[in-house]
Amino acid sequence: MSTLRGQTVPDPEHALHLLRQMLRVRRLEEKCIELYSAAKIRGFLHVYIGEEAVAAGVMETLSPEDAVVATYREHGHALLRGVSAGAILAEMYGHAEGCCRGRGGSMHLFDAATRFYGGNAIVAGGLPLAVGLALADRMAGRQRVTVCFFGEGAVAEGEFHESMNLAALWQLPVLFCCENNLYAMGTALGRSESQTDIALKAAGYEISAWAVDGMDVLAVEEAARRAVDAVRSGGGPHFLELRTYRFRAHSMFDPELYREKSEVSRWMERDPLSLLRGTMQAAGQLPEETWAALTADVDAEISTAVGFAENGTPEPVSELTRFVYSDRTDDGSTGTAATGGGQAGKGGAAR
Amino acid sequence: MKTTYREAMRAGLRDAMQRDERVFLMGEDVGRYGGSFAVSLGLLEEFGPERIRDTPLSESGFVGAGIGAALGGMRPVVEIMTVNFSLLALDQIINNAATLLHMSGGQFNVPIVIRMTTGAGRQLGAQHSHSLEGWYAHIPGLRILAPATLADARGMLWTALQDPDPVLIFEHGSLYNMAGELDDDAGAVDIDKAAVLRRADGQGDSGDTLTLITYGGTLPMVLDAAEQLAGEGIDADVIDLRTLRPLDAHTVVDSVARTHRAVVVDEGWRSGSISAEISARICEQAFFDLDAPVERVCSLEVPVPYAKHLEEAALPSVKRVVAAARRAVGANA
Ligand SMILES: Cc1ncc(C[n+]2csc(CCOP(=O)(O)OP(=O)(O)O)c2C)c(N)n1
Repeated sequence: MSTLRGQTVPDPEHALHLLRQMLRVRRLEEKCIELYSAAKIRGFLHVYIGEEAVAAGVMETLSPEDAVVATYREHGHALLRGVSAGAILAEMYGHAEGCCRGRGGSMHLFDAATRFYGGNAIVAGGLPLAVGLALADRMAGRQRVTVCFFGEGAVAEGEFHESMNLAALWQLPVLFCCENNLYAMGTALGRSESQTDIALKAAGYEISAWAVDGMDVLAVEEAARRAVDAVRSGGGPHFLELRTYRFRAHSMFDPELYREKSEVSRWMERDPLSLLRGTMQAAGQLPEETWAALTADVDAEISTAVGFAENGTPEPVSELTRFVYSDRTDDGSTGTAATGGGQAGKGGAAR
Repeated sequence: MKTTYREAMRAGLRDAMQRDERVFLMGEDVGRYGGSFAVSLGLLEEFGPERIRDTPLSESGFVGAGIGAALGGMRPVVEIMTVNFSLLALDQIINNAATLLHMSGGQFNVPIVIRMTTGAGRQLGAQHSHSLEGWYAHIPGLRILAPATLADARGMLWTALQDPDPVLIFEHGSLYNMAGELDDDAGAVDIDKAAVLRRADGQGDSGDTLTLITYGGTLPMVLDAAEQLAGEGIDADVIDLRTLRPLDAHTVVDSVARTHRAVVVDEGWRSGSISAEISARICEQAFFDLDAPVERVCSLEVPVPYAKHLEEAALPSVKRVVAAARRAVGANA
């Protein structure tokens, strides 16, 4: 089994926690694939398998007041930000207990309670939102950080450049995390960008940027912590290019004609879970029973979540046109009436 | 007091900035330059560069940032120079501002106000002259306002800022210099209802009444046309729609039920326009009250040209409104 660069991990307990987080995402998504194949959930489904170290490492460095903006490949981000697996799966079932009451689906997970702002299916569409969330914090004098995840495909969009410029110009507290998995659907980076060094591109906007091995969760966490600390203490926007790989097809509809199986298997040798697990095992930091307990735990969490989703109730059609505009109360004032919402336990807007 | 539409807008902005610390104005040249239509002139000195925030030329970026700031608890007012440029920000307006509340199952409001100019009449050529507010009125989740009077220019902004949902305000470029009297204590106005600015006093069965329906920049011309028609013994209700979405069809239908004829005046192109929607609503809800087909006076279906005579020929005019009204009335005579 392959291992990380070092032969031991400095803090086995923390490493075990990271391993658990990555495994939770892996198992949740393996389950999604199964449920998709069984036609229990529909629509587009983009899984994150292979990229877990990125979300796991970065989320670790955030506090509950921080905000997260993600893309359509966001199950892992939502889960590790604190949205329950049950609320995520119920959402994909189109159930009222879903984190968006069935209106979002796989690509549009949101959660006010954890300041999780999506779930955006427009490539690069979340970047300006992150800039604005950071602007609000700056103007209100709050020491919060907004983290924005996006794929390397977003780098070719105008909104990427507009956002980099604005964030740097106004020195906003935002951390941009580019998940460079080398492919935007079937388009390899080199076929879409004249300059493929993404960190360099960000640096061109006077943003502190560096590239990180996105398969090494410890390296991701370390880099993210450094960046988040700098952002939080007023250092302006920071940028991480996380070099990673998706082991699965782009979506469930993708026949994957654009890359060699051998390339995929080469990357799978650097599976972020195996790397950490292997390192810990090799150093005697992961007794077999600990691993067994961990997997049993995670499997139980996921099967409980499936049960929760499965037993949920379809969002009633009578509620269809709610939330197009805010509900108005009797006294004529306005405000959202979203309460309850099942396991996600969300209240109204998070303000 | 005597004021202009531009000054009324500015007074509305100043008032909002003073009343609520979360309100800030952001857009291209709103600060140092004073606003490309001089609406925000002087506000930078008064409120400083944090709250009167000049942006680079990046419509999608700063509109999106406004949406993010609204999500983050601020009350941004974002100015886009003209509706033609707002097309660069369509993604943010339609895919984010209009959808986030719904997609999040009611969790995330977007209390942003986006202001922009619209319309033709100043020989600026096609890329500065279009009237696309009808397109935006197509989008559920947005509220679309078109202040056409001094009172609305002064009062709609504050009401819009109280709305937890995204509001787009369309200011017709030809209105900024419009001057007139405004109450000293003018303030927030209702944005749910259309206004009947002129009421036909005939009883509606004499064959000489009709309803003229319009909004925004064409309102002054429609009022002129109504005046001229009155001289010919044709009595008109004039309805200022004020809000294009949600549309107050009730006021329109009520009026048509009394007058039995309708002419819709809209600077957008006829095909697929807001006037098409209004005409359809009248047919759906007041068909048996109609004594004549609904008439429409819209822009001709060309990109708005530069040359004065061509531009004039392309746009609605008093003459065309009067002619349509005569047809409507004559159809029953
Ligand atoms: C603006 C826009 N254009 C096209 C698409 C279709 N699309 C969905 S995902 C995708 C590839 C995005 O790749 P990348 O940003 O690298 O993210 P990844 O899927 O690799 O995580 C494309 C082209 C889209 N969703 N949005």
